[in-house]
Amino acid sequence: MTAAAAANALQDKFASAISAHVSFRGEETLKVDPASLKTILSHCKSELGFDYLVDVSSLDHLGDDHAGNRFEMVYELYSYKDKIHLRVRSEVPDQTGKVESVVDLWPTANWHEREVYDMMGIDFSGHPDLRRILMWEGYPFFPLRKDFPLGGKETDVPDVAFTGTAPLAGGPFVTVPADATTVHREPRSRDL
Amino acid sequence: MSAPGNSIAAAYDSKIEGNIIFTQVDAAINWMRSNSLWPMPMGLACCAIELMASGASRFDIARFGSEVMRFSPRQSDVMIVAGTVTYKMALAVKRIWDQMAEPKWCIAMGACASSGGMYRSYAVLQGIDHLIPVDVYISGCPPRPEALLEGLMRLQRKIGKEHALADQKRELIAELTA
Repeated sequence: MTAAAAANALQDKFASAISAHVSFRGEETLKVDPASLKTILSHCKSELGFDYLVDVSSLDHLGDDHAGNRFEMVYELYSYKDKIHLRVRSEVPDQTGKVESVVDLWPTANWHEREVYDMMGIDFSGHPDLRRILMWEGYPFFPLRKDFPLGGKETDVPDVAFTGTAPLAGGPFVTVPADATTVHREPRSRDL
Repeated sequence: MSAPGNSIAAAYDSKIEGNIIFTQVDAAINWMRSNSLWPMPMGLACCAIELMASGASRFDIARFGSEVMRFSPRQSDVMIVAGTVTYKMALAVKRIWDQMAEPKWCIAMGACASSGGMYRSYAVLQGIDHLIPVDVYISGCPPRPEALLEGLMRLQRKIGKEHALADQKRELIAELTA
């Protein structure tokens, strides 16, 4: 089975729950309805042979020209049998901020979902051990959210850890995509 | 040989004469301390690789008396903070520093340990000197082993100028006078 055939099979079976199917340079991406996300991922594993979850990541659309919900989940699947990739995206409902955990399908999702929870603050229902993984228990912020400042915020958890604000000295220095020379692209202090 | 009963002649025995050195206690103690600085290798990032190279045969930190890397803070004299100190690690570094017995010194090796380096970030302590007193800062990202050895020699020179008790037993004196 090719990746396109797998994506088409999913689209035929879950037509109402799949809102978009994008093929770009051989990469198949499906955008699915959050209510059906777990059902579709379960079907991918049991029926379509996607036995390997490569990665789980999340996006923060704050400030984007984006009509839907703020957060979005991205699941990268791989089939060792057919050697094909499939990407499944799903928005996180703003009302609940919750996604169903897929740890019972792929145990590797355990730490991936903990990282998403730690960095983005997305909650996973059914996760067996949803603790922070990079920051420490008691850290009050979710540092990869778009509204979190790059230099950080001050916190103090006595006897555990503290944080301060990093001096940015005119920064953050960011690159921008440009067709002109590297002078236009290179990192400079800009208003984000 | 001295004649029996001639004790003055015995005191200037030719086996001893010429091997007596007059000095100050401070100078003698500092000379001994500075040539036997056992490091606590606080390797936290890529600087630790250069620290390992300094300990290996090509650069051979043993030439300066610092070859005995102690992984127990109780037995070490100088903490070499080699690498990025994250906030999550910071209090652990502080705790190990507190466990080191006096006299003790600290070398901040590399840009990250000295100032946070390129990590102007929510996760990184902006220099270990926010938590513990630093004696020598070494620039570089990472510094070459020669730079670490130069830092070590500077620390040795600095120790030579210190008061062996007032400067090097501060915590003890504070405890006794409290």
